[in-house]
Amino acid sequence: MNALAPGSQLQAGAQAFLARYAANGSVQQSEAAGLFARNGLPGPREEDWRYSLLRPVTDVQFTSAPHGHSDVSAALARLPKIAAPRLIFVDGRFRADLSDIEPGTRAGAPAYGATNRPDREKLVALNTMLSEDGIAIQVPAGHDAGTLLLVSIGTGGNVSFHPNHAVTLGAGAKLTLLDLTLGDGVYLHNPVLSATIAEAATLTHLRLQQEALGAFHLSTVYADVAASGTYDSFALTLGARLARMEVHASLNGPQASAHLNAAQLLGGNQHADFTTVVQHAAPNTASRQTVKNVLSGRSRGVFQGKIEVLRIAQKTDGYQMNQALLLSPDAEMDCKPQLEIYADDVKCSHGATIGELDGDQLFYLRTRGIPEPEARAMLVRAFLTEALDPIAHEEGRAAMENAIASWWDRNVI
Amino acid sequence: MAAIAETLDAVQAVTDGGYKWGFSTDIEMDMAPKGLNEDIIRLISSRKDEPAWLLDWRLKSYAAWLKTEEPDWAKIKHPPIDYQDLHYYAAPKKKPGPKSLDEVDPELLRTYERLGIPLRERAILAGVEGAEDERPPIAIDAVFDSVSVATTFRSTLAKSGVIFCPISEAVRDHPELVRKYLGSVVPAGDNYFAALNSAVFTDGSFVYIPKGVRCPMELSTYFRINARNTGQFERTLIIAEEGAYVSYLEGCTAPQRDENQLHAAVVELIVFDDAQIKYSTVQNWYPGDANGKGGIYNFVTKRGACRGARSKISWTQVETGSAITWKYPSCILQGDDSVGEFYSVAVTTNHQQADTGTKMIHIGRNTRSTIVSKGISAGKSNNTYRGLVRVLPKAHGARNHTQCDSLLIGDQCGAHTVPYIESRNPTAKLEHEATTSKIADDQLFYCRQRGLSQEDAVGLIVNGFCKDVLKELPMEFAVEAQKLLAISLEGSVG
Amino acid sequence: MLEIKNLTANIDNKTILNGIDLVVPDGEIHAIMGPNGSGKSTLSYVLSGREGYDVTGGTATFDGADLLDMEPEARAAAGLFLAFQYPVELPGVNNANFLRTALNAQRRARGEAELDAVAFLKLSRAEAKRLSMPDDMLKRNVNVGFSGGEKKRNEVLQMAVLRPRLAILDETDSGLDIDALKIVADGVNALRGPNFSALVITHYQRLLDYIVPDRVHVLASGRIIRSGGPELAHQLEAHGYAAIVAEAA
Repeated sequence: MNALAPGSQLQAGAQAFLARYAANGSVQQSEAAGLFARNGLPGPREEDWRYSLLRPVTDVQFTSAPHGHSDVSAALARLPKIAAPRLIFVDGRFRADLSDIEPGTRAGAPAYGATNRPDREKLVALNTMLSEDGIAIQVPAGHDAGTLLLVSIGTGGNVSFHPNHAVTLGAGAKLTLLDLTLGDGVYLHNPVLSATIAEAATLTHLRLQQEALGAFHLSTVYADVAASGTYDSFALTLGARLARMEVHASLNGPQASAHLNAAQLLGGNQHADFTTVVQHAAPNTASRQTVKNVLSGRSRGVFQGKIEVLRIAQKTDGYQMNQALLLSPDAEMDCKPQLEIYADDVKCSHGATIGELDGDQLFYLRTRGIPEPEARAMLVRAFLTEALDPIAHEEGRAAMENAIASWWDRNVI
Repeated sequence: MAAIAETLDAVQAVTDGGYKWGFSTDIEMDMAPKGLNEDIIRLISSRKDEPAWLLDWRLKSYAAWLKTEEPDWAKIKHPPIDYQDLHYYAAPKKKPGPKSLDEVDPELLRTYERLGIPLRERAILAGVEGAEDERPPIAIDAVFDSVSVATTFRSTLAKSGVIFCPISEAVRDHPELVRKYLGSVVPAGDNYFAALNSAVFTDGSFVYIPKGVRCPMELSTYFRINARNTGQFERTLIIAEEGAYVSYLEGCTAPQRDENQLHAAVVELIVFDDAQIKYSTVQNWYPGDANGKGGIYNFVTKRGACRGARSKISWTQVETGSAITWKYPSCILQGDDSVGEFYSVAVTTNHQQADTGTKMIHIGRNTRSTIVSKGISAGKSNNTYRGLVRVLPKAHGARNHTQCDSLLIGDQCGAHTVPYIESRNPTAKLEHEATTSKIADDQLFYCRQRGLSQEDAVGLIVNGFCKDVLKELPMEFAVEAQKLLAISLEGSVG
Repeated sequence: MLEIKNLTANIDNKTILNGIDLVVPDGEIHAIMGPNGSGKSTLSYVLSGREGYDVTGGTATFDGADLLDMEPEARAAAGLFLAFQYPVELPGVNNANFLRTALNAQRRARGEAELDAVAFLKLSRAEAKRLSMPDDMLKRNVNVGFSGGEKKRNEVLQMAVLRPRLAILDETDSGLDIDALKIVADGVNALRGPNFSALVITHYQRLLDYIVPDRVHVLASGRIIRSGGPELAHQLEAHGYAAIVAEAA
């Protein structure tokens, strides 16, 4: 990895490394190697990366994951107790011995979904080039596949892994994907998930990012939604030293909708970036977004959210709200909501607020006898409610609530 | 929907030949040869009899410009500008800086009269202008291409200690002030266009309000680009000492020409304890024709420094002109309790492109800023709000409120909002709201049912949409701005 | 017993309380009346510990404990309840959950057993019923979307559940219609007893028709300029503040 770092100017060693992928890899890998050789990693001069520098990532010398089965029972014990089939990846490799393979699910190779865009996203080029594994989930038309747990465990040791997953929902199909990432030590997790959601299908994507605090999490999700389809997502960021979640949702048919809700609770020196692009590419589409950041210590939260409305997308309804709480004098929030609108008959709005806990509210609680730390916790919890409330999946919601509660216990603020 | 289509046709019909300031003035000009190099800069400097330090500063700026790249982050598109294909100096062939209006070329005076800019003090004072004598007088500095041709009411102002003169004259008469403050807010190498301006600026206004003085009248500069293939690079410097107050107005027009003309101005404001500058702009440079041919490229750097405690800068702009507008009037809020305001209406039609907004940099304690931006896009235009609010770690208790609204008229235009909101102090409170909408059919119907014409209804709604900004303009200007909105969107604005 | 001695307080270096002397024995209800700007709300905030008020002199004790040295929540646990003039909205905070958390925090601080969800629900519903308040008030977010009257009633409901030993009602009557006024008064009267005392801050005598005070004090320019029985309130209503203020000056 490190050899690839300087981006546009690749060193000789890196060139040789890339040449190997270009020559010996699959068609996708060799193309991606070419793209990566040309484009490199995202750099500080790029508008979309102005708030998140990959410097800490490139400072680490990463290696590829070793073969062989490491013992991850401790990590498995930390998973929320949800009765649903599990797909377990350890250091980016599928572990059939720990997983429940359902019909329509295929593992063992990168999935490279239809919406994978290594030509556009530089990190996706890196993923596509280096990916060794992934899950391809296919839900047939009209079928409700219930809940699936997709789990990634990193075991540390400066390993980098790049799973490439794909989810395809047939017309009217339903799936809830509980996407859990956790681990120990230092590693780079750079997953890509491409979701193709057919007419009237619904993918509920609940993401709980609890990577090790020394780890790096750089993920990209593509969601292409056909008419009357829904991509309904919530992403909770608690872990990783540096995290970037990038989501590209494209609403391609009338009545398609997307919910991109998220919350971040950060402490220490954590840096977490939630970047979304919603493209309204058909009339009568809707997107909803509530993003909350709770920042303590010296942490830095970033939210970049773009709503693009193409000329054809009349009657678009786009809404976005970002609210950040700075709980410490050294925390920082950078927010860039963005509207790019080419159709006139639309209703689009965004709002953003940054501030601390409301002194009047805190005082009110304390006059009722609630001690300050408890009052603060209560207000922060209330602050997060709006982002959590839309989660209809009860067990998924409970998992999020528990993760937040345990975060709070660890970070007394 | 039919109503909207009608409106669009009306807009089209009117804007085709609608620019009412498009005439040119036939006047003998003193022009520098085309092109930009050190010799041209020396020529400009010598024409203006400048001291060595200023020539030096220009040359350093030029060197900085050569090293900088044209910024590419704005949402604008244009063919590359050939900086060697422009005249960097063009002045009416009478001696620049006439001592009295009698020395001003009568053709020029007629030009300003046609523009509705009264340069004849006596006429105004004698009440010749009829009803207008009821209005308080406004002191005007008229800049024609590269030089200031007349500044009115200077002696009246001098009595209260206010200096209001062309900047070239200030360099001569008040070198200590100019040297101290020029480039202190917008450094020579700040950005590509500011560096270019610093190298080749030819004229502009200089205002100095001494301690405790409330400027007895509104000050105004009227910019006019006339000559072909010239760039206009004016430089404005306004200093308000402790407790001073001034309201400054700026207007701009240009003839209708097929080729694009470059305008790259720099405005610097400096405000000390308890002082206030209110800076209002009505920008109506030629926007190009209905097919996007011609028009001014307007790349402007405006920035004010609130250096003193409780100081205040208020920017108000009504931007209707220019083929391209690239402009972000900003406030550096250094002084504790200082206040920055930005009120903007930007209208784009046909093929106009505007990328405009502000920067509010909160440095001092309890600094406050307010941003109200109203963008109206019609035709095939693109209108972008781009604004930065940055709170630095020591800005305890800082407050910002931003309201950004876009109105789209027709489905061939674009409206974009790109705010950057950065906070590094937990006691700061920042709020940003943005909306995009069109004029609702039921709003139009309601108005028409009550007897308003289609045009009046749209006008009413658009004026309502812009009200929060227009009310910030000084009375005189507000009337002009409303008329301008009307004409810019004629057919859709009553 | 609340004892205030020569209490002075500033906001932004401006003196608001200018030497308050006041004793409210257990079991008594005292009214504080006074013109706008006399320091009524400041007194309630200083007693309950709001930030931004500098106590520059004097003392305030509750049952001998130094109130001014306590955190706001400790004062609450000691039994002090402030009914706010402008109750604060808490979006996202459920009213019942809020009240239970408050009640249990106070009980914990006093070394009493906490109430479980069922017991709490029973208690709060009973109190709501007694005050003729709809159940759904408990389900809503604290004061969010409440009308002015609903907010004040919610304050009284909280008071009923928390059972304070000293209640300070800061212009709780402002903006209330007669029915709501009665509910508020009933809430206070229900708590009357040897272990309850209250400081009723009001602008008008109207509320005192329903909550009959033992003593009435007139506050002007940050001092109590006159004290008397309930008849003093009627006098004020009849002659206005100006006469008494002038007389005292």
